[in-house]
Amino acid sequence: MRYALLLHNPEPAPGEIPAEGLAEMERLFAEYADALVHAGVLVAGEVLQFSDATTTVTRRTGTTQVQDGPFAETKEALAGVFIIEVPDGDAAIAWAEKCPGATYGSVEVRPVATSIVDGAWTASGPAA
Amino acid sequence: MRDAYDEAAAAARDGYGRLVAVLAAADGDLQSAEDALADALERALRTWPRDGVPANPAGWLLTVARNRQRDRWRSAELRRTAPLVVERHAPVHLDDVDPDAVGDRRLELLLVCAHPAIAPAARTPLMLNVVLGFTAEQVADVFAVPRVTMATRLVRAKRRVKEVRVPFTTPDRSHLPDRMADVLEAVYGAYVIEWSTAAPEPRRLPPEALRLAEVLAHLAPDDAEARGLAALVLLSSAREAARTDDRGRFVPLAEQDPTRWDAARVARAHEHLRAAHARGALGRFQLEAAVQAVHCARRAGEAPDWATLRRLHEALQRVAPTTGGAVALAAVVGETDGPEAGIAALDAVGDRAARYQPAWAVRADLLARLGRRDEAAAAYDKALSLTHDPAHRDHLAARRDTLAASSLRHRGRD
Repeated sequence: MRYALLLHNPEPAPGEIPAEGLAEMERLFAEYADALVHAGVLVAGEVLQFSDATTTVTRRTGTTQVQDGPFAETKEALAGVFIIEVPDGDAAIAWAEKCPGATYGSVEVRPVATSIVDGAWTASGPAA
Repeated sequence: MRDAYDEAAAAARDGYGRLVAVLAAADGDLQSAEDALADALERALRTWPRDGVPANPAGWLLTVARNRQRDRWRSAELRRTAPLVVERHAPVHLDDVDPDAVGDRRLELLLVCAHPAIAPAARTPLMLNVVLGFTAEQVADVFAVPRVTMATRLVRAKRRVKEVRVPFTTPDRSHLPDRMADVLEAVYGAYVIEWSTAAPEPRRLPPEALRLAEVLAHLAPDDAEARGLAALVLLSSAREAARTDDRGRFVPLAEQDPTRWDAARVARAHEHLRAAHARGALGRFQLEAAVQAVHCARRAGEAPDWATLRRLHEALQRVAPTTGGAVALAAVVGETDGPEAGIAALDAVGDRAARYQPAWAVRADLLARLGRRDEAAAAYDKALSLTHDPAHRDHLAARRDTLAASSLRHRGRD
């Protein structure tokens, strides 16, 4: 069963976190990624740029509108996504608990409904 | 002869908590006490190599630090906002200061760190920081928390001590037991990592941190639980070398080589347990230490005394029921009364254990002993899905694969 671990946290101001702190966080995430890979559960992991790099596109009104910035300004911004393949929600929560992002933000554990696997839509269900 | 730098470092390490406790007791300001002590240490490093190491290094540091504090109190900025207190603002003379005569205020300092007004997550880090003198970076590494996060947490906790005016006193008898329970809990927190999915596991700690529990037992020698906690920490740390084999693989308690346990620590733990026993007040930490002591009493190749372990685990569940304790009891019942009884005991733990990794590992072992291979394999898989530590995963996977291999042989015979 696939789960998305959605990392949310307040975005630090430039210079708020010293270079040393950033290097340390990179190390912690590298260790976390190693553990995910070693356990054979990682499908994909993406750490996102800050939300001010976001562009939002909509055609809801009939014309294309391209807007600077995220769809909604929130206190905590989406900062990263890990897609994992684990047997059940317990295991997904356990991985969320170990995520370094959980020490300064929150990690949303969201079951995947369907995925495109090898070009075909595939319902996400318990591993065969 | 050691040079002045080493002297200053040694005086700081041995006496850090004592000096901070004395300095902060005056106005409850941990940060300014630490700043003053840091100034004094810096001055020691400058002057001791030139003038020689004073006869009483700790007294020297305390004097200089106090004078620093006094300078701050007398500063114009503070004089506008705080009234002068004569005894506080009089200059301190070196010869008057004897840290031993001032008394050990570290118990008060520990009570401050574990005060209900301090966020529980900050209590243990604060102890390591102000009582043992670990830097925020070192504490962050112990707790596997980003350094910036830990630094913020410590600053906030110290500000809170000051703002709430947490008193540097020992509470009266009616409140002391409650407050001591918080102190014990926080000291215990230095030694274990408690994930909701795994049993409390010993942390990898700098050796100096082992002193925290022994400092507490030294400060409260009549507190049976403080003694019990010191014994527990000593016994658990005594087995550290035996937890992994020479190839870095995880070795479960029952398979560890007793000759690799640290006999000196085991002996010191037994002293604490004897002293605790003499107080006649049984508690959670003494029982947990007794469980460890029974395991440590096993000789190479022998099974532990399961009947005694069962009595201790049952007592522990009555005194301090926890999910982890209930699962540990079920594992012991599986030894004394057989795997079926163990599984029944696990079933009785209920939903609390659904996401608890050790419950699945124990269940898998019990099912395997009953020859219920498919169920055992499923339980191993569930345990594996909740395990993140590579050494633990390899251990569980090896067990599952052994089971699968024996299952193939079994089916081959059919």
